[in-house]
Amino acid sequence: MSFINNLIPLNQLPVGSFGKVKELIAEGIVRRRMLDLGLIYNTTVESLRKSPAGDPVAYEIRGAVIALRSEEASKILVESI
Amino acid sequence: MGLTKQSTGTGTLKEMFAVKLESTDDIVVALAGNPNTGKSTVFNSLTGLNQHTGNWPGKTVSNAQGKFTHRNKKYILVDLPGTYSLLANSVEEQVARDFICFGNPHATVVVTDATCLERNLNLALQIMEITNKVIVCVNLMDEAKRKKINIDLKKLSDLLGVPVVGTSARSGKGLDELKDIIGKVAGGEINPTPVQVSYDEILDKAIQEVEPHIHNLVDHQMNSKWISLRLLDGDQPLLDSMNEYLNFNISEDKLLQDKLLNARTELEEDKIKLEDLRDRIVGNIVKTAEGISTNVICLKNQSHNQLDRKIDSLLTSRTFGIPIMIALLGLVFWITIVGANFPSTVLAKGLFWIEGQLTVFFGWLGSPLWVHDILVLGMYRTLAWVVSVMLPPMAIFFPMFTLLEDLGYLPRVAFNLDHYFKKACAHGKQALTMCMGFGCNAAGVIACRIIDSPRERLIATITNNFVPCNGRFPTIIALATIFIASATGSFSSFAATLSVLAAIILGVIITLFISKLLSKTILKGLPSSFTLELPPYRKPQIGRIIVRSIFDRTLFVLGRAVAVAAPAGLVIWLMANTTVGEASILTLCAQFLDPFAQLLGLDGYIMMAFILGLPANEIVIPILIMSYLSKGSMLELNSLSAMRQLLIDNGWTWLTAVCMMLFSLNHWPCGTTLWTIRKETQSWKWTGVSFLVPTVTGIAVCFVVAQGAQLLGLV
Repeated sequence: MSFINNLIPLNQLPVGSFGKVKELIAEGIVRRRMLDLGLIYNTTVESLRKSPAGDPVAYEIRGAVIALRSEEASKILVESI
Repeated sequence: MGLTKQSTGTGTLKEMFAVKLESTDDIVVALAGNPNTGKSTVFNSLTGLNQHTGNWPGKTVSNAQGKFTHRNKKYILVDLPGTYSLLANSVEEQVARDFICFGNPHATVVVTDATCLERNLNLALQIMEITNKVIVCVNLMDEAKRKKINIDLKKLSDLLGVPVVGTSARSGKGLDELKDIIGKVAGGEINPTPVQVSYDEILDKAIQEVEPHIHNLVDHQMNSKWISLRLLDGDQPLLDSMNEYLNFNISEDKLLQDKLLNARTELEEDKIKLEDLRDRIVGNIVKTAEGISTNVICLKNQSHNQLDRKIDSLLTSRTFGIPIMIALLGLVFWITIVGANFPSTVLAKGLFWIEGQLTVFFGWLGSPLWVHDILVLGMYRTLAWVVSVMLPPMAIFFPMFTLLEDLGYLPRVAFNLDHYFKKACAHGKQALTMCMGFGCNAAGVIACRIIDSPRERLIATITNNFVPCNGRFPTIIALATIFIASATGSFSSFAATLSVLAAIILGVIITLFISKLLSKTILKGLPSSFTLELPPYRKPQIGRIIVRSIFDRTLFVLGRAVAVAAPAGLVIWLMANTTVGEASILTLCAQFLDPFAQLLGLDGYIMMAFILGLPANEIVIPILIMSYLSKGSMLELNSLSAMRQLLIDNGWTWLTAVCMMLFSLNHWPCGTTLWTIRKETQSWKWTGVSFLVPTVTGIAVCFVVAQGAQLLGLV
């Protein structure tokens, strides 16, 4: 498996492109919240748009539009697809 | 130590969950669901006006209950907090879980959003693990149809093993069927057999290690497989709740502890740590939900969200997002100011005509003059002022604000502003609680419950008062109309709108500044995690909006103002007409306050009006006018220009108007808000801080503006 090298934090995923969740590096309650959003292994996420100031960013996750601050998004590692 | 029927019966419901049963035959139904699924619309449509709200015992989580009768049976509907899951252990989730687990409702309805079914099934599956008496209500079917999302409800019901009802609660579609099914499930005519989440081998092995023993302990009262998973997951709050509601302390059971330890050791041998275990549990649930939803959903139009996205890219765009937001707000105020002018005048004329008639009536009765003066000139006149000044702007403002809320615009405001709140080390949802404050600061303070972190919730609570509520808008609007608008001629309503808008933007800037200041001093800390859902835009139901905003908001706020204004009018009249030596008490108080007030660009009477307006900000302007009038000027106040003349006669300049607007924006919260803060924070200290922070800010701002303007020779 060579994808390990392609992992990027979700906040670096360019707007309009898709990523597959490969790893969560958050812990505790933040991790649970992420799992509740359905961010499990191999979930496809689309980066939809930035807010006027560039942060937070809205993502489409399992049919819902969710805004995440860069602090949280940086803890979600995705493979760009 | 088995469970007795007694400990889980209606006694628990009444005492532990404050469910108001009228008889033991009442059928208790829990209503669960994600936020933004129209759950409250389902609740309102089912129960109508037969509801009452309060708090869950010992928790600052709202508890709404309602009643309805269907086929001669009485139902009590308990609205559980909207949550995405029951696993993350927030207070809301615990409340919802405990009620389903220990409240033993006769049925639980899970409201889901047809346009976002997969995510919603997550919660449904978790609830189906706890109880089998589940009905899945797929709401917003009309929205799904509009977006050409096809859901096979029959197949969904087969796959889930529970009854499924499709509804469009806003138009009432499907609710009768829902009631029928609730009756059948509660009465045992339908016995749902929910699908169980399929856990992977390793988890299954661990469950089997502990389940048989747990089964013996809980004896059919609860789903033993579910408890096994929770205990393996180290769910301490569940154990606490079992102890609290069932007097059932299984953490003391030695054999259980041994078995749990065994299972965990085996899991660790398989290289699964506690954190991984949670991932796996949630992962299995999410995958089950995914599998089911792909089986039942057929998208006829792959790009069903295109319109929403187009609107979003405009409303939250880098260039236009914030200007559009300000323009929308300005539009709302402009319509309010322009629209309220005419009905205000008509109401004032009508109500003062009645005053004249009342005077005639009292004369006919032959009652003493002082009785007439107290009741008519004191109480009635204040009431008339409050109603004519406040009712029209509220009746226009509230429906428009509710419309923006209904459309789904407020989360976009939070999205646009989050960056600035993050900079201020505050929570992103503070933007939402701030918006609620525009309606009523007490409501805004209650809304702060949506913020999980106690530090950020306090910041949001303390700073909520910096946005003007509907009690203060009339003051600001009236001052803007009288002093700014009448000075600028034909563009008057624009000038008034701009000055109100400026006041609000200033309020937001002060909110951010004070939030930052608090974060750096008495409430130190970093911003906590933040996720904000941007729900799909919904077609608003105009009729419902008008009814809701008039009844829930306008009449509520007006009623409160009237209740406060009548006694306040009495007090003012007495103060203005009781003389000590040469001057009335009111004048003496005003004279005492005057030197201090002058420093802030105000006068003693204005300061007095703010102090007497503590019970409700709505009455500040009426009090002020009464005070000025009672000084002897015999004025018929039937026009704005007369009012302007009255103020000028009392030494007002544009600076007085500006300073009064600023002080109205920044001073102590009203009595109701303070009382709410005390209730929400359970602390006198934070109530005191919430009183002092805006007051000190207001004094500082007014002092700088007043002294600055005088130094520069602008007045």
